[in-house]
Amino acid sequence: MQEPVVADTKTSNRELLDFVFAWPAWFFAVGGALNGLLVAAFVVVILMLMFGLQFLGYSHPVYWGFLIVNFVFWIGVSHAGIMVSAILRLTQAEWRRPVTRAAEVLTIFSLLTAVQFPLIHSGRPWRTMYWTFPYDWNRGAWPNPRSPLVWDPSAIFTYLTSTILFVYVALLPDLALARDRAPNPVSRAIYGVLAMGFRGTTRQWRIQTVAGLLLSAIILPIFVSVHSIVSWDFAVTSVPGWHNTIFAPYFVIGAVHSGVSAVVTVMIVMRYAFGLKRFITRDHIDSLARLLIVVATVWLFFFLLDFFFGLYGTEPAEVDTWQRRLVEPPWVVIAITFIICAYIIPVPMWMFRAIRRNFFWMFVTTILVNVGMWLERYMVVVPALERKSGLTFTYGDYAPSLSEFILVAASFALVILGFLTFSKLLPIMPAADIKEGQILADRIRVGRANVPAAMRE
Amino acid sequence: MQSQAKRELLALYEEPDQAADAVERLHSAGFEDNDIEILSSTPYPEGAFGEGHTKHRLFAFPFAGAACGMAVGIAWIVGAQVSLPIITGGKPVVAVPAIIQILYEGTLLGAVLFTVLGVLFESRLPDGVGLYDDRISEGYIGISVMARERRLPDAQIALEEASPIDLLSKEGSLMHAPGTT
Repeated sequence: MQEPVVADTKTSNRELLDFVFAWPAWFFAVGGALNGLLVAAFVVVILMLMFGLQFLGYSHPVYWGFLIVNFVFWIGVSHAGIMVSAILRLTQAEWRRPVTRAAEVLTIFSLLTAVQFPLIHSGRPWRTMYWTFPYDWNRGAWPNPRSPLVWDPSAIFTYLTSTILFVYVALLPDLALARDRAPNPVSRAIYGVLAMGFRGTTRQWRIQTVAGLLLSAIILPIFVSVHSIVSWDFAVTSVPGWHNTIFAPYFVIGAVHSGVSAVVTVMIVMRYAFGLKRFITRDHIDSLARLLIVVATVWLFFFLLDFFFGLYGTEPAEVDTWQRRLVEPPWVVIAITFIICAYIIPVPMWMFRAIRRNFFWMFVTTILVNVGMWLERYMVVVPALERKSGLTFTYGDYAPSLSEFILVAASFALVILGFLTFSKLLPIMPAADIKEGQILADRIRVGRANVPAAMRE
Repeated sequence: MQSQAKRELLALYEEPDQAADAVERLHSAGFEDNDIEILSSTPYPEGAFGEGHTKHRLFAFPFAGAACGMAVGIAWIVGAQVSLPIITGGKPVVAVPAIIQILYEGTLLGAVLFTVLGVLFESRLPDGVGLYDDRISEGYIGISVMARERRLPDAQIALEEASPIDLLSKEGSLMHAPGTT
């Protein structure tokens, strides 16, 4: 049973809007540092446009390196956000209330970041318009819808649009709250326009509830489709190590693993950075950790299945790829590191209640999971392209360049900056949802115990 | 002769029980659910103030949107392939397995877009005409009544009997309470 958050409305308003209307010095310091990384990445991209993809170190046969790994990683992180939010809304779990908004916002910014990488990787970003947009541009060439190059943008566009609208609909009551509490007329006017005159009528609240359930139900199939389609970028090719029928569920569950971990990391940071100790409690982290144990184990099952299928067919090229991934240096080191980080360390630790309820250890273990999951994507993408075929002129190794490291660092900066900016401008906790939880929170006596009674659990 | 135009009154209550009492008194005075709005910063369970069930057609919007989205998806995807036929090994120009993804995404995107439009339509948003007070976001509950000029005194009496902390009309507070907007 979850302990409800109990605070009167004025206190809740003040604490939930505190960061929105305050300007702490650390915000400028962190924002400045993150912007510095983005400027460095911008310079790298300009140089890449001037000198071509070889500036990033790409050459035959390994054209898919850090950029595509990063794309898959951020698409993955974007998944859990909406999954956590949608599933918790649909099941009407009481403990969802402080979790949902942060998870949804993480989805938006990780998705926006993910999109940058195929664009950069194309070498000539503006040309992606010709390949994906349904218009012939007077060239007589329409996009080829049989290609994942068209599937991917359509799925990501659908997911991004849906997520933004999902967040906006749920944000309407909080925009109205920000309008009412705004400290100056300008921000009051801006929040007022965004809130569209929301007054909190019975009808509006009823529609909010129904819309939350409806949109959750529609977004869940989108979320599954997006990472499935990303996996088909690999699986529909004939590259050994990628051409695998279980890639879609394997990618989806991997995305959930890294994404739920990212949600936990973000919530712990928010708890301290935004002063939300009252709202993000040990119960929330504990519940998410229990979910993670299941998700991580299913993910491990799919990883082992992928490995098993690779060997069971005794296809020489497939076996060769797995040998490269798991036996040959430096891949063996990466393989051991990723499995230790993504499963062997965190999951046994999460078995202990004391760890699940400890913010420090949950922060460390969820960071480890994402280090492991990033390496997992690296191991999926690169060794398959490095595999030595019968044609010696196709031999080639891949070593990431400094420019790629800068782009990876900048991607983290972009997500953090986006999240920080959103939190600065809009309530990162669904105030109305939290206050509803307080209304429904009551205590009942069961025998000699005085326990919280929740209408839903 | 008195004006037949409707005017609005808004009373603010500290406790949900008082608000429910006000709604009951308004019903007793002959006001319908359509004339009464309950404003709060928190979603209370339906019926908490004795109001009737909210009827809406939001469930129809995703289905209409999905149908439109699928139609647009088919038009685009078939149009693109017919406009530039790529003949591959005797396979059909419009290959169903390859277009399912686009149809799926188009269908769901249509469902989401229409649902959001439905939310705005059914929530009666944008709304900039009704009476409102910032104190509602501090936890007070507002009961608003639309009444014709001749029925305004009845509404005011019903609202006042439930002990509001303030009673507002378009012109301002009728109770001259401090902090009125």
